[in-house]
Amino acid sequence: MNSATLSENLNRFRSLLALGLMVIALSFLSEQFLTPENGFNILRQISVNLCLSIGMTLVIVSGGIDLSVGAILGLAGAVAAGLLKNGLVLPPLGVALVFTTTGAILAAVLVGGAAGWINGFVITRFRIPPFVATLGMLSIARGLTMLWTGGFPVTGLGESFGKLGTGAFIGVPMPVWIMLVLAGIFVVVTKKARFGRHLYAVGGNERAARLTGLRVNRIKVAVYTLAGALAGVAGLIVTSRLDSAQPNAGLGYELDSIAAVVIGGTSLSGGRGTVMGTVLGCLIIGVLNNGLFLLNVSPFWQQVIKGGVILLAVAIDKMNTKGEDE
Amino acid sequence: MSDVTPCLLEAEGIVKTFPGVKALSGAGLQVHAGRLVALLGENGAGKSTLMNVLSGVFPPDSGTIRVRGECVQFTDTREAQERGIGIVHQELNLIPYLSVAENVFLGREPRTWSGLVDFRRMEEETSQILKRVDLRVKPSELISDLRVGQQQLVEIAKALAADARVLILDEPTSSLSSHEVDALFAVVRELKAEGVGLVYITHKFEELAPICDEVVVMRDGERVGSGPLGEMSRERIVQLMAGRKSKELFQKTDTEVGKEVLRAEGISLPAHGVGRPFLVDKVSLSLKRGEVLGIFGLVGAGRTELLECLFGVHAGAASGEVFIDGERAFFRSPADAIEARLAFAPEDRKRDGLVLPMSVLENASLPTLEKSTRVGLVDTARESDFIRPYVDRFRVKTPSLRQAVVNLSGGNQQKVILAKWLATEPRILLLDEPTRGIDVNAKREIYSFIDELAKAGLGLVVVSSELPEVLALSDRVMVMCEGRKTAEFTRAEATPERVLHAALPDEANVLES
Repeated sequence: MNSATLSENLNRFRSLLALGLMVIALSFLSEQFLTPENGFNILRQISVNLCLSIGMTLVIVSGGIDLSVGAILGLAGAVAAGLLKNGLVLPPLGVALVFTTTGAILAAVLVGGAAGWINGFVITRFRIPPFVATLGMLSIARGLTMLWTGGFPVTGLGESFGKLGTGAFIGVPMPVWIMLVLAGIFVVVTKKARFGRHLYAVGGNERAARLTGLRVNRIKVAVYTLAGALAGVAGLIVTSRLDSAQPNAGLGYELDSIAAVVIGGTSLSGGRGTVMGTVLGCLIIGVLNNGLFLLNVSPFWQQVIKGGVILLAVAIDKMNTKGEDE
Repeated sequence: MSDVTPCLLEAEGIVKTFPGVKALSGAGLQVHAGRLVALLGENGAGKSTLMNVLSGVFPPDSGTIRVRGECVQFTDTREAQERGIGIVHQELNLIPYLSVAENVFLGREPRTWSGLVDFRRMEEETSQILKRVDLRVKPSELISDLRVGQQQLVEIAKALAADARVLILDEPTSSLSSHEVDALFAVVRELKAEGVGLVYITHKFEELAPICDEVVVMRDGERVGSGPLGEMSRERIVQLMAGRKSKELFQKTDTEVGKEVLRAEGISLPAHGVGRPFLVDKVSLSLKRGEVLGIFGLVGAGRTELLECLFGVHAGAASGEVFIDGERAFFRSPADAIEARLAFAPEDRKRDGLVLPMSVLENASLPTLEKSTRVGLVDTARESDFIRPYVDRFRVKTPSLRQAVVNLSGGNQQKVILAKWLATEPRILLLDEPTRGIDVNAKREIYSFIDELAKAGLGLVVVSSELPEVLALSDRVMVMCEGRKTAEFTRAEATPERVLHAALPDEANVLES
């Protein structure tokens, strides 16, 4: 349906090929690699990054960038943990609200969405470049997290909240379910929904989109709000799995998520990219991390190798799309 | 072809294929010292592709290029530059916040002994070259402070500074005022006298006589005819371009004009920065159903900005009142204007009109997508069914609706934009330079579409810099100059002299009288 379908398919094929080769090589190199447990392990490990990266894909396709998702993840996790543990005391009103697990979950997603909405508002209303606006939000959200927690972890969040990160349904861990459902929803949203089409139009040519009557600002605000809410979901998974909200949770995650999006073939200049590609990007990073760990490669080398893979992926992508850029 | 002067550049049998499109299939031309070859052809005939091949932008699939008899293969523009081939693209490639001198010497800056840029030498040499192109600006001035015509001359200066022996000009006059065109032609004659060979791509026949020596006509990626200008009549050239006998350009039908559909009163748009205080200065106009209102003016007269104000683009900055069917309208964005069934086809199609990575269908359906949307999801079958009649109606030449719009020629891109807007069933259609950079045949098609749409009861506003176009199309002609409305004529009153006179600024009037 998209004119770039052919190159996208090629690109996805390349990513799949790379992923397949990695899996085959690792199955020979390590006995522990190709087991169901390890498979779920990898999926669980990438679930947080994928939640962030789906939002990041939307943002980057729209022609922007979001540096604040890691910090929003931390804030949302802390909010959920704090509300569960202490409730919300409002001295001026003389009330103390007690939160159920569901309430705390909703609150975390709302806080994430609100932070994202502010990103979108600032970017569209004051025409601040997304890079700068979300850099500001990164600092604000991290600071608020510290204020909210006093800089200490919030622990002991109860069994029902813990199920989100550690529970399983028909043998599949909950975080994996969450990730699959969200990925499914956003594949449809970007491929089939009108909102998705508008997203590609805004990223492909914002001026033309505006002159064609698209409410560009609304679309952008929606994109950043979604990215924030998805970061909230990621924050819930992290917090629930650890049974604790760390004030530093999510530090630097925005970079991992940009890496996954880029490896997945999404163009940083906007207008091109797919959620499916990002799923593959996350898988490639996840398998790589896991494989290197199983092979006892030093974590320091892991970072070096991951960086090399990012450069390689983008270099291959550029070589193949060179003709199209001109 | 006469061989009185040495052949500087020769291309034969050039073939170039892009994914899905054979852009060139055996194209060629010869450029002789001190002579100008005009390259003519419809849009999509492959003129620009051929020029890109000759200037090293991309290599040909096959064919030979000879520079002064020597076979060459360019892998990039720098190599072509070193062989003395310079090109000035239709879209200017200058860096706005660098000075004239810095642009002229970009990538080849002279250095001092310490390795830093030798600004004094750079500016001295630049002023020498600026004299050659008769451009009176300081080498230290910023490009962004120059007018388009001046920028064009800077581009030529840049090519000359790189010792260009062959200079390719791709539609250099498309955004110049007539004074600037005259200045450009004087420079072209000067260069010819110096022995530079020129290739000149154009759509305007009236530009041939003053400067041109030879004509090459291209069609469908091939050279279909060539010869000295004296042996090529206009009729013959048009015939070669079209591949069939050309008919009359355009015959307007008389339409019944209906009730007033659009009225604007005192539209003003303040200018930010240099020059006059208002881009659009208290302009009023009225448009009736079935009427074509032509707006003529030189580049910079504020015509585009006026259309943008009517379309809600400058909602925050503009002032004045707009009435649709006699009712006051407040457009806070283009989306509001579209809801009131206005449509606007902008001048710069690639920048403002199309989402280039998207397909013909996706572009054409963008404002009407909700018609094929159910519960938020686009039904692509409905979408194609809905859009196809409009794409067919405007005879868009495309292998399929899924074709990327970027691969279409300028004329077909314009038709996609018309199809897109007609699908919204507009009452008022604003067209800004609807035939800019479009070949004769597509132009004629666009003219007849405009005529048909007026007959169907739409109100149309057509902005154009081409006087014959405005006069042929319009029921009424409104003239703008420096942001103000300076005159309005009925079709009968509008003679070329009167209209042009009203479009010229006061100083120019003084100069010419």
